[in-house]
Amino acid sequence: MEIDPFIFRLSIFILSIFVGYYVVWSVTPSLHTPLMSVTNAISSVIIVGAIIASLAGNSNKVFDTASIFGYLAIILAAVNIFGGFLVTQRMLAMYKKKKKDK
Amino acid sequence: MSANLLAIFYLVSGVLFILALRGLSSPETSRQGNLYGIIGMIIAISVTVISVGNFSIGFVYLIIFLIAGGTLGAFIAFKIPMTAMPELVAGFHSLVGLAAVFVAISAFLNPEIFNLGYPGDIKIASLVEMSLGAAIGAITFTGSIIAFLKLRGIMSGSPITFVGQHILNLALGIILIGLIFYLCKTQSENLFWSLILISFLVGILLIIPIGGADMPVVISMLNSYSGWAAAGIGFTLENTALIITGALVGSSGAILSYIMCKGMNRSFFNVILGGWGATDDTSSKKSSEQKPVKSGNADDAAFLMKNASSVIIVPGYGMAVAQAQHALKEMVDSLKKNGVKVSYAIHPVAGRMPGHMNVLLAEANVPYDEVFELEDINNDFANCDVAYVIGANDVTNPVAKTDPQSPIYGMPILDVEKSKSVLFVKRSLSPGYAGIDNDLFYRENTLMLFADAKKMTEEITKNL
Repeated sequence: MEIDPFIFRLSIFILSIFVGYYVVWSVTPSLHTPLMSVTNAISSVIIVGAIIASLAGNSNKVFDTASIFGYLAIILAAVNIFGGFLVTQRMLAMYKKKKKDK
Repeated sequence: MSANLLAIFYLVSGVLFILALRGLSSPETSRQGNLYGIIGMIIAISVTVISVGNFSIGFVYLIIFLIAGGTLGAFIAFKIPMTAMPELVAGFHSLVGLAAVFVAISAFLNPEIFNLGYPGDIKIASLVEMSLGAAIGAITFTGSIIAFLKLRGIMSGSPITFVGQHILNLALGIILIGLIFYLCKTQSENLFWSLILISFLVGILLIIPIGGADMPVVISMLNSYSGWAAAGIGFTLENTALIITGALVGSSGAILSYIMCKGMNRSFFNVILGGWGATDDTSSKKSSEQKPVKSGNADDAAFLMKNASSVIIVPGYGMAVAQAQHALKEMVDSLKKNGVKVSYAIHPVAGRMPGHMNVLLAEANVPYDEVFELEDINNDFANCDVAYVIGANDVTNPVAKTDPQSPIYGMPILDVEKSKSVLFVKRSLSPGYAGIDNDLFYRENTLMLFADAKKMTEEITKNL
């Protein structure tokens, strides 16, 4: 009897929820805003779907309805990826410890 | 590239994303964590492009659109003031939601390229997954737009409620489930479009009844939704990186919502069903007019603080509105020169998003080891001489402990009432977002400083 690949993906999904649960509880509350912006950035990995949608179609026609939606999604996700990671970087750079030379 | 190798690369980027979140457990490791996230993203994008293997004119467009979106994103990231962080995050959530909708639409219109079957004959499981992804994505999109408008002040922050609202939402929810069911039976394109449109509507209806002070919960909740939408699409595309990320983001947002709800002692459903403060305005406002209030000026405040041995600063949303964080840091610096011990106390729901105050203080170069969470500092108020409350109100209100009738009863508060004297910087005596009068204003040891938070803080610094 073979296992449906869906079950494997479901297993990954469920285990990742648990990983997420424990990892996020260990995030220090002072970094909750960067946590939100970085989760925002990584959820834009949805861009992989957009890339397939826009590039994998009929090679004679660059723009058909499906690929146009793909390209639109690429723009949206790109804004998010660059914006999300960079604003996180900018915030994290501000968190400093007390200066020692006091 | 073989499918197996591709899957391994996606797994690697999923692991890198886990490490990115893991890094946030302390500020020292956080920057490295962000780097892991970036590497994970680069891997995911590169292997996808290579595996599709189409380097024709379409690839050129891909690069152009990536650069165009990326430039815009980078521009926003560098320009945005830290006080506008809640709006920015809400705005970014809406983009993830809409991107999920668009990907689902392409997958529905052209299922062959994703190996999901043929138009009109899509695998049922994939159809359910993409419908869920599209519906949650659409709700995230419009919900985040409303949250954005409310946070930006374009739309009023007060709850919008109407008769039959909950019944309407329930009905729409049932219709959505029915649509998915019939979509699987008929594969009709019209049903798919209706599904998306109704989900857009649900997103709007879900967020309009929620008031401004509950925004920390809303933002966290939408964060969570954007994750579940990504996971739904991940199942459709059979993509491990997306499934892992979706689960991470989904649970992250859910935990933050939980922490925010706990910070207000309210259940999640209570927040979602909305309308806080609307019930209570009769009992709260009637006695506030007659009670005497001691108000002072910057000189009095400077005198009190200069002669104190320890001061605790309690910032709230008002500090963000007045952009007073830099002025505050200057005041603290001169206090320290006078030998006063200063620390900061942050309530979990201070501000408009989780961790909002911490970011603002970090921006003003306040070292993060001087900033404490509620449970770590609450006992110190009893030994502190002055509590300087700047732009916070409800989170200090002792009524949360004493009056079971109060809407904020049971909410954990910062015990500023225990300090020897309390300085309240506020523009007026108006009650906070919960619409409740704060008993502390009328206490013997409270001095009200009626002014803009920034101006008052600057003046105090001059008088120190």
